[in-house]
Amino acid sequence: MTGEPLLRVQGLQAWYGRAHILAGVDLAVGRGEVLALVGRNGAGKSTTMKAVMGLLDARAGSVTFEGRDVSALPPHRIARLGIGYVPEDRRVFTELTVEENLEVGRQPPRPGAPHWTPEKLYALFPNLAEMRGRRGGRMSGGEQQMLTLARTLMGNPSLLLLDEPSEGLAPRIVQQMAEALRALKAEGLSILLSEQNLAFAGAVADRASVIEKGVIRFDGPMQALMKEESIRRAYLAV
Amino acid sequence: MSFYLVQFLSGLATAATLFLVSSGLTIVFGVTRIVNFAHGSFYMLGAYIGWSLAERIGSTPLGFWGGVLAAALAAGVLGAVMEVLLLRRLYRSPELFQLLATFGVVLVVQDVASWIWGPEDLLGRRAPGLRGSVEILDQVFPLYDLVLIALGPLVLAGLWLMFHRTRWGTLIRAATQDREMTAALGVEPGRLFTGVLFLGSALAGLGGALQVPREAINLGMDMGIVVEAFVVVVVGGMGSLMGAFVASLLIGQLQAFGILVFPEITLVLVFLFMAVVLVLRPYGLLGRAEEAPPTAASPGPPLSASTGIAAWAPLLLLALLALVPLFAGEYALIVLTELVILALFAASLHLLIGLGGLVSFGHAAYFGLGAYGAALLATSWAAPMPLALAGAPLLGGLGALIAGWFCVRRSGLYFAMLTLAFAQIAWSVTFQWYGVTGGDNGILGVWPDPWASGKTAFYLLTLGLCGGALFLLRRVAFAPFGYALRAGRDSPLRAEAVGIDVRRTQWFAFTLAGSAAGLAGGLYAFSKGSVFPTLMSVPTSVDALVMVLMGGVQTLAGPVVGAALFHLLRTEIMSLTDLWRLILGLVIIGLVLAFPKGVVGFARDLVQRGRAA
Repeated sequence: MTGEPLLRVQGLQAWYGRAHILAGVDLAVGRGEVLALVGRNGAGKSTTMKAVMGLLDARAGSVTFEGRDVSALPPHRIARLGIGYVPEDRRVFTELTVEENLEVGRQPPRPGAPHWTPEKLYALFPNLAEMRGRRGGRMSGGEQQMLTLARTLMGNPSLLLLDEPSEGLAPRIVQQMAEALRALKAEGLSILLSEQNLAFAGAVADRASVIEKGVIRFDGPMQALMKEESIRRAYLAV
Repeated sequence: MSFYLVQFLSGLATAATLFLVSSGLTIVFGVTRIVNFAHGSFYMLGAYIGWSLAERIGSTPLGFWGGVLAAALAAGVLGAVMEVLLLRRLYRSPELFQLLATFGVVLVVQDVASWIWGPEDLLGRRAPGLRGSVEILDQVFPLYDLVLIALGPLVLAGLWLMFHRTRWGTLIRAATQDREMTAALGVEPGRLFTGVLFLGSALAGLGGALQVPREAINLGMDMGIVVEAFVVVVVGGMGSLMGAFVASLLIGQLQAFGILVFPEITLVLVFLFMAVVLVLRPYGLLGRAEEAPPTAASPGPPLSASTGIAAWAPLLLLALLALVPLFAGEYALIVLTELVILALFAASLHLLIGLGGLVSFGHAAYFGLGAYGAALLATSWAAPMPLALAGAPLLGGLGALIAGWFCVRRSGLYFAMLTLAFAQIAWSVTFQWYGVTGGDNGILGVWPDPWASGKTAFYLLTLGLCGGALFLLRRVAFAPFGYALRAGRDSPLRAEAVGIDVRRTQWFAFTLAGSAAGLAGGLYAFSKGSVFPTLMSVPTSVDALVMVLMGGVQTLAGPVVGAALFHLLRTEIMSLTDLWRLILGLVIIGLVLAFPKGVVGFARDLVQRGRAA
């Protein structure tokens, strides 16, 4: 990685009530890079994402995006700067149709980031094109996952925060998801991807950061992690 | 037959007004999750502003309808102002504080309206061109009401189009379902909320302005309509527009035909209907389960029994208070007697809120039941005072036993609304059951027996009874029952898993709190010499909530301190100015904004911070 990274997180701490979840997370995502944040359940992956997005009240440390400190901004300002958040639990608007879900995510085009329209997204996710008028609550888990991703892309982000996109999905859908992510990467998007599924992470990520108990334990190329059996056993094996 | 048709039509006209107001309330609740007591105030302001405009420009149809529209817009702007200045700071506060803050606005608006338009009822101009009536199967029916009937579905259609055909409407629906996710997609919540408050308040103002040709405009309109609108919104399902429409129709008809069948209990009927609906359909006719049940208030660190000197503080205080008659005058004793009674009233509510996490919005019902029970025993039955006083906690407890069975089946806001419904039922009974309760004339001549009729004697009696009851409430907090109650508050699922019957525990707590409030009410009746329906009204329930809030829900001493502060403040303000509602309202708003943990909680935090430093 050369030059200033797109997203830099330094000494990020976060709490749920009195529980100290993040004890100083450091990571960086370069332009056009896919960074996999891997770790066990409860290691702090989702919390890292939420803290970056400004969704947690109790946080400390610095988050800079495109060289700008965003750690004190509210979520909607962070989103408008070009960070798109795809939550783990999908949070599709179940009462809204597919089209309306996309409409909620729509933001003006942003220079330097791909510009998305519903039509372009329907081309990327053909399943969605067939159910434009269907309500979010009447979709399968895989379809909802696609919709959540498409909805976030409507904001024309330059960085995606993708929280466990493969969780609970059928292998065939996971495959589609991996292809979609590679297509997004080819469009120039940077992605911070949290994953427990190492095979999925390996298929799309350039680099990996391993998180355990709220601290980053390893940072390096994805291949290096795949080779380092000792690290995988220490921080990832269940 | 034709008579029933006209009755049906007048039910529809009532329903149209109800729908206008409750649609605004439900939209505001859906997005902000705030139960907005001040909604009724915007209805009332709409009516007053509409009246003023109709007087000036309402002689032509254009002027009249323009005035109605302008009144609605004005109410909308005031709603938006309230959002920006007040609600915006409270979205993360516990629901109790939000309810109280909006009630503070109610008080402020009442005094401001009284100051601008005066306390007299105002009769408005009839709508030009719609003054007459039409004959429907030989029965006359006002033409204006036909317009109202048409307006209900029209507004529903307009709102539906706005919610389903505009980007703004789509964003509102998204935020109604998941505020946080909507913000994470780049939608600014603040502007959305301001817009929603504008829309909701404008609908309320429209409903109010449309009443000008139909009924007298007065200062009691706000509470009357907002309580009915609550019922509609809760019956229909909170946040559901369609639900509000259906519920308005049902309740409009219930009122139109209820008055034929049960003229004596028309007011009760509506609340009974709501209680039945909530028990059968927990989230209303068309509502959905709440994803995250709202919290009562942060309970703070676990209670710990004081040790050392602090453990003796309550007894010491009691002893000091018992010595007061040696040097204090009669007036001071009267104020102190009331203060001690209110301390018990507040502490009984605190048992529910602080230990049980159950925010009751109708605790005055049991205070009032105790007061009426004692008063009736003492006057109609000529019972001696000890017997009448013994009856007070029994009646308060019995009322709470019955209401509690329903209320504890729901939690959060639905619990609050159910308690409010039962309080309104109790209030309506005392208000309408003229033969027994004397209606709004109340019951007079409730005086203590000769041995306790001196101010000092009655004060000491009050001190003894309330002190004893407060001691028992304290024992309860540290007894296994109190632990079970707190466990149910902090984690109902885990409490059930270790074998606690949470619902039953809460039911007993509700009953206990009701009988303690009943005792306070009985003593209050004898201290005042009279009882009135206002003892059970919403403002009395709110008084108790303010006392608990002032003291803080997190400590056992809180409600006692809060009651003292509140009573002294009110006595002081009322002796200084007629605008006590305005001042009280501002004090409530200020307290909610400044001390989200209450005064005692705030002081304890200061002490702890001091120790840590």
